[in-house]
Amino acid sequence: MRAKRVLQPLVLVLALALFAAACGGSDEPEASSATETASSESTTTETETETASEVSDDICVEGDTVKLGFLNSTSGVMAISEQTVRDSLTLAAEEINADGGILGKQIEVIEEDGQSEPTIFAEKINKLLTEDEVAAVFGGWTSASRKAMLPVVEGANGLLFYPVQYEGLEASPNIYYTGATTNQQIIPAMDFLASEGVETLFLAGSDYVFPRTANKIIKQYAEELGIEIVGEEYVPLSSDDWTTQVAKIAEAQPDFVFNTINGSSNVGFIKAYDEAGLGPDNSPIISVSIAEEEAPSMGVDLTGQYASWNYFQSVQSDTNSTFIEAFQAKYGDRPTSDPMQAAYVGLYLYRNIVEKAESFCVEAVNAASDGVTFDAPEGLVTIDGSNHHIAKTGVIGQINADNQFDIVWTSGEPIEPDPFLEDYAWWDPNS
Amino acid sequence: MDALTTPFLTGTATGAILLMAALGLTLTFGQMGVINMANGEFLMVGAYVAYLTQQVISSAGVSIIIAIPIAFVVAGLLGLVLEATVIRWMYDRPLDTLLATVGVALVLQQLAKDIFGAQGDPVVLPGWLDARINVFGYEWPLRQLFTILLAVASLALLNALLRYTSFGRRIRATVQNRQLAETQGVPTRNVDRMTFFLGSGLAGVGGVAISLISGTNPTLGTSYIIPAFLVVVLGGVGQLKGTVLAAWGVGVATAFLTDWTSGSMAQVMTFALVVAMLTLRPQGLFTVRTRSLA
Repeated sequence: MRAKRVLQPLVLVLALALFAAACGGSDEPEASSATETASSESTTTETETETASEVSDDICVEGDTVKLGFLNSTSGVMAISEQTVRDSLTLAAEEINADGGILGKQIEVIEEDGQSEPTIFAEKINKLLTEDEVAAVFGGWTSASRKAMLPVVEGANGLLFYPVQYEGLEASPNIYYTGATTNQQIIPAMDFLASEGVETLFLAGSDYVFPRTANKIIKQYAEELGIEIVGEEYVPLSSDDWTTQVAKIAEAQPDFVFNTINGSSNVGFIKAYDEAGLGPDNSPIISVSIAEEEAPSMGVDLTGQYASWNYFQSVQSDTNSTFIEAFQAKYGDRPTSDPMQAAYVGLYLYRNIVEKAESFCVEAVNAASDGVTFDAPEGLVTIDGSNHHIAKTGVIGQINADNQFDIVWTSGEPIEPDPFLEDYAWWDPNS
Repeated sequence: MDALTTPFLTGTATGAILLMAALGLTLTFGQMGVINMANGEFLMVGAYVAYLTQQVISSAGVSIIIAIPIAFVVAGLLGLVLEATVIRWMYDRPLDTLLATVGVALVLQQLAKDIFGAQGDPVVLPGWLDARINVFGYEWPLRQLFTILLAVASLALLNALLRYTSFGRRIRATVQNRQLAETQGVPTRNVDRMTFFLGSGLAGVGGVAISLISGTNPTLGTSYIIPAFLVVVLGGVGQLKGTVLAAWGVGVATAFLTDWTSGSMAQVMTFALVVAMLTLRPQGLFTVRTRSLA
């Protein structure tokens, strides 16, 4: 009995460590590696030549319908976000079908649930591509889910349309990225801060790949712009307690706070920030993950704070009002946001590419994709065939009392995607 | 001075929350050998009670006070249900209870997601707490002082209960030697249930305090359960003095380490510190003097 009592606490600590490790592993995306993408390209080329020699005028889809896979999490922690993407994808499919389908074929949607687990995403996209033989898959949200799907979609030589802004440094021949890469969201935000005459900036982020990469870019660009970084703080995604870090912000009194925090941790941050007497009149925040849906759930009035996206519900255009009207007619009075708009755009872009290629074959689609455009709710978007990203306009919004965003700055014209920041002389990926 | 006061004060407030999360654990582990991984979900329940109370009573200042006793009772009753349905079959099999209650925790999280949605709900800070007091140059948010007072009050009540009431004596007797207590006519089964009610209820009160930090969300409990267990193990199982010291120590140490390094690094280093302490004192800081013969 005595010996057992002595051992118990140690056994307990070990068990807890295991439990913590198991919990922590689920959400964190792997670090980006360009080599991974490059090495799997060789397999792709092999399959390409094989298929090309087999068929020539085959369009890869038989019958009156074309099967498309929607792979979003409808259960688990990400469900709340990914369900909105599923909704706007469904809307786009219905609209396209009513409009005659793609190349005259009606879209037949096969839905799978990613369950907020990267491994499940990998399994399900494999099932969609090999068993259901869908022509393309639409979905994914976290970088971890995309990284898990990447080798599968490349191995099966399929197509994936990924709708969320992300940390860049990736360009797979089998993935189309319809959300922003860093030079379309992070860099415009910095340009906006420079135009506001900001001199000191504080960086606050969750501790995983997106904020770390974003802040690396921000720091190098800030040096170029002459903005001083007066602090940089990270808190794990699993933690909501920001009080110690916010005390540092209050002490540093920065002109602006750049917020790359994700998920529920944002609530803890915003509350601690408010509690410390900070606000838009002394140290305003610019965020890259707070949109129309998140703003009302903070428990703090965010009026006057900023966000950087490529789309806001408040964007003034005929296509946007048509989009909002159609969305709200189908789903009720819910806000529209950047990622759901990007997913909607993805499906339309796919239709436009296929109709240009006159084929559903992956090689034909990839050969035709460069320069394909769509008059999207966010404005005109154009595919860059060399990296499969799309040119989109950067916009900065300021939150108003209705939790909508007043647009205060735009890049004016669509920004060419540059996932590896090759055209930015100040960028040094190895520093 | 600021460099010392800021982490000290925020760390003490964090420690206060850890204490409320850990008290229930230390009581049930010490008395029944039960490792209750679902205790974090009682924090979540407390936070949702704070949210719901605020929906019913729109005055944030009043509703937060009313939410405290309601959270205590609701979380306590949930604890009773858990005890009656799952845990009573597994007394003194700590690893079995650990696995079973992890399952219960997941079920409760999913239930919260189904009822309230995965997106958290806001809890508004009452106006009378939205102020700061200047302590040696640090503008200390009043909310943190409130958290500390809440923990101290809970602790004082619990201590008085354990020390001066017959019910408290029965709990202490059961912790020290269950068989002997039974021979003296102590109804240990009833005592177990009440202990469970108390421990879960205290976590509910802690949840109200947490709701002021981060609002509510279904996975709120998971970020507190591990540190709370560290506190229990470090403090020594089954008694208050060690738990209080350990909670305060872990809170302040984490805050200082966060100040010097970063949020993630601080968690790693705190964990390492606790493991190092345990190799020196495997029983934790303090131990219960048991009267068992073995």
